[in-house]
Amino acid sequence: MTSVIPTRKRPLLGWNITDGAAVSRYDLVQTLRVPELMFFSIVQPIMFVLLFAYVFGGAIPIPGAGEPSESSSEIYRNYLMPGIFGQTVAFAAAASTVGMAEAMSTGLIDRFRSLPMANGAVLIGRTFADATRQILVLAVLSLTGLLVGWRITGGFWNAVLAYLLLLLFAYTVSWIGASIGLVMPNVETASTAGLVWLFPVTFISNAFVPLSSLPTFLQAVAAFNPVSTVVLSARELFGNPTGIQPDYWPLQNPILYTIISCAVLIAVFSTISIRKYSKTTSR
Amino acid sequence: MTQAAVIAEGLVKEFGSVKALNGIDLTVERGQVVGLLGPNGAGKTTAVRILSTLLTPTAGRAMIAGYDVVKQPEQVRKAIGLTGQAAAVNEYLTGRENLMMFGALYHLPKTYVKERTDYLLESFELTEAANRPAKTYSGGMRRRLDLASSLIAQPSILFLDEPTTGLDPRSRLGMWDVINDLVANGTTVLLTTQYLEEADQLAQQIVVIDHGLVIAKGTAEELKDQIGGDRIEISIVDPSRVNEAVDAIRAVASGEPLVEELKISAPVSGGSTVLVEAVRALDSQGVEVSDLVLRRPTLDDVFLHLTGHVAEEDKPAEKPKRGRSRS
Repeated sequence: MTSVIPTRKRPLLGWNITDGAAVSRYDLVQTLRVPELMFFSIVQPIMFVLLFAYVFGGAIPIPGAGEPSESSSEIYRNYLMPGIFGQTVAFAAAASTVGMAEAMSTGLIDRFRSLPMANGAVLIGRTFADATRQILVLAVLSLTGLLVGWRITGGFWNAVLAYLLLLLFAYTVSWIGASIGLVMPNVETASTAGLVWLFPVTFISNAFVPLSSLPTFLQAVAAFNPVSTVVLSARELFGNPTGIQPDYWPLQNPILYTIISCAVLIAVFSTISIRKYSKTTSR
Repeated sequence: MTQAAVIAEGLVKEFGSVKALNGIDLTVERGQVVGLLGPNGAGKTTAVRILSTLLTPTAGRAMIAGYDVVKQPEQVRKAIGLTGQAAAVNEYLTGRENLMMFGALYHLPKTYVKERTDYLLESFELTEAANRPAKTYSGGMRRRLDLASSLIAQPSILFLDEPTTGLDPRSRLGMWDVINDLVANGTTVLLTTQYLEEADQLAQQIVVIDHGLVIAKGTAEELKDQIGGDRIEISIVDPSRVNEAVDAIRAVASGEPLVEELKISAPVSGGSTVLVEAVRALDSQGVEVSDLVLRRPTLDDVFLHLTGHVAEEDKPAEKPKRGRSRS
């Protein structure tokens, strides 16, 4: 045991990024080993597209949207798709919650914490992998949308920006999800608790209905909900109908508000969760 | 450096109102194997978690390889390997991927990690299963992979928290071989166990803890001596020959014989040669014997003697409800 083990030099971006990338890579390998999980996480949003487009579609008018020649269900489908995108990436948080709870229950956390790796790497890697998986989900979802009549009319680069904002939002909610996963007593609780908060958060927004249809106090809540602004940003950038916006600052500056709120949420939840992580042991 | 590999002084750990450790002192010299022996809830896991930087002590201090666990966790982590009670591998990844991942996270160069991974897979008999997800491994294989993972950076100090809990007897023996090999190569090992036999087999020094306190320490032999060493026990056939028998035993014993009907026992020193002497003495007195044994106290006797209760052996490894275990 006298041999000297070589170590790598400190990388340019710091160990948090390098170690995070390593965790992320193996996390994505893990995804390939459980294709069933990926399959069902794609099936669910596709079901939502079909249900909303064909069941609710005709019943939800979007005031001030679309051409007079279009039927209300045609208008709704174009209105709906960015909403589904927003909701789907928000639900990425649940995977992070379960993922962290799972790592805690197996003793893997103890091993990671006993390694000389960067403190934030496990969380950085996990959230990055969870957001990365959403690229595939968004791709499949976009194809489904195109099949039911959704169209991108806002130009190529705007569409790219829309997808990037959705991924930024996915990354943000993954941090929230991971933070929840760290304080859950077991995987079973995590898989329920990881979902419940997402329903009010995604439904009290403009994802499926125009904000003007909500009671006034909910309108205010929904206007400041980042789900609303990321969805509104996507609608504007994809060139989809947006409806008439109530008079709130976030809704007038949806892209800016989305970026700011994501930055704040990432800062807050990464600080909380990394601090929690550095004190945690497996259960 | 001549400093001991592990030094703990007055370690106290409180979880709310519960005191898991009550002031533990512990020293493990370089290259030594120390067994931390105690029943469930004695504080074994808490101690290991403090020494491996996972928990911070409420009071006291600990130095690992000369580094303070609270102030220099980074250096401590570079020097140690930890194998906990639960198999700490990613089940969906293959054995090889697990080892490669942990190697990368130790900040070791890729070529080194590759060689080391091949070497560990080979020496832990996992080469054939190397490219299968760990999920498909048997309990023993999983433990071996777990242990291999903690050896990827050739740590000079290894913490093994109940390394054989939940293993079948064959896998347990295999694990003992692996640990003995490591020790032969100079690795310092601190292992916890609730199996008395295991501590006896593997550890040169045994530290017995109960309720967060060290209640005894020494070699297995020293601990056995604490409760009076070996005893000779005979059973005679003819009740009328008791006196002759007692005389014969007294001649070879180191203390006064104890008589219980046909059974006579006495403390002895000198190991099995005493048996030969006893047989000769009894024979010369013409005493017929139906049974004659030299009984050495087991660590079970020691444990009972020290704690007033039997070590709880066959309980499954404790699973605390929340993140704070107190074993």
